[in-house]
Amino acid sequence: MSETGNNAIQFELVSPEARLMDEPAVMVVLPGTDGDIGVLPEHSPLVSTMRAGVVSIYKENKTTVTDQIFLAGGFADVTGERVTVLAEEAIPVSKIDIEEVQKQIDAYKADLANGSDKTHEAEHLAILEAKLVAVQNAA
Amino acid sequence: MPSLRDYRDRIASVKSTKKITSAMKMVAASKLKKAQDQAESSQPYAKAMSEMMARVAANIQLGPNSSKLLIGTGNDQTHLIIAVSSDRGLCGGFNAYVTKKTLSLIEKLEGEGKTVKLLCIGRKVRDALAREHKDKIIRSFTGLGGRTKISFGEAQDISDYLLEEYSKGTYDVCSLAYNEFVSVLTQRPQASQLIPFKLPQVSNDNADQKAGPQALYSFEPNEEEILDELLPRNISIQIYRALLDSAAGEQAARMTAMDAATRNAGEKIDDLTLQYNRARQAYITKELIEIISGAEAL
Repeated sequence: MSETGNNAIQFELVSPEARLMDEPAVMVVLPGTDGDIGVLPEHSPLVSTMRAGVVSIYKENKTTVTDQIFLAGGFADVTGERVTVLAEEAIPVSKIDIEEVQKQIDAYKADLANGSDKTHEAEHLAILEAKLVAVQNAA
Repeated sequence: MPSLRDYRDRIASVKSTKKITSAMKMVAASKLKKAQDQAESSQPYAKAMSEMMARVAANIQLGPNSSKLLIGTGNDQTHLIIAVSSDRGLCGGFNAYVTKKTLSLIEKLEGEGKTVKLLCIGRKVRDALAREHKDKIIRSFTGLGGRTKISFGEAQDISDYLLEEYSKGTYDVCSLAYNEFVSVLTQRPQASQLIPFKLPQVSNDNADQKAGPQALYSFEPNEEEILDELLPRNISIQIYRALLDSAAGEQAARMTAMDAATRNAGEKIDDLTLQYNRARQAYITKELIEIISGAEAL
């Protein structure tokens, strides 16, 4: 068993362009497609897809959230000592600009109303709306 | 016989060429560093992705309902070759390697009676292939990266296009031809199959790392759905890696080529200077002879 064994789990966040985070945590809550997944050390191995939502990282104890990161969907690979999250877009919730998001949502809605490439636009819209919810919940 | 002036002009011209090539070498060296860093930082994602694929693959049975990206269309008549090159030249044989690789692939496939289509990334390979195979090119992407770094979004645009054409049935098999970045001195042209994708096998060397029985993975929502999401992303990441490798390789090739060019220019200058001095000496001697024989005649 590794040294961090029983009280910490290594949280790793990677995007195609860079490794964004690699830190120990006490608990991590992931936005799984079928519902949120709380991961503690010694979690049983799991591979899951994720919806657009927020990953909460608890570094000190199980009650205070230390980091909140918004993901536009992705994958999680959980083993007993490590959580690897693959995400194409990841941004700390504190850095999201509400007005910017709102503007983008309006733009996409306008595009959708005009009706060009529906599936693609709708996907983006869903991600943006999830982003907005994430900020509002954090505020 | 060239006059002294001709020599002087030649030397001046080679000198200014040398200045340019040595500047280009320096620029390429600094760009290479950046491109290499970028290629390196894409490694963790690619590695985690292929590990995940291996894990899912170990728990899945391929059947007729599996993703078309894995089992293919049940046909292998039409091949699409994606050729990745740079937009600019002056980088040695870099672009020629990829073009040659692609041409030999076309020849081989056509020899087997298959239909070949081409997708060109980079201006150089597009221009080279357009000479003989213009009718086969279905689309070209140029101007990727350019001044700034290559973003994942650019790779995704290409893979979106690929998937769309795949679902339309434009092609059955897709391969990717690009220069793999081996080292600064070596870039190896290589071709790998992208669609249908061959699932990576679980590597045996780290399977026994932990003693005791291996823990069973659970999958949410289930293996098939995860795989369906993983596969398109995997194509994006493969393309992204090819683009990054090619970008780093281009700078490395340019650096090597420009280094050689600078050295050659130096040699040429030495050579010309020698000839210039000889000509000058001959000229002086000739003048002296003329003066002396003139004096003697008096």
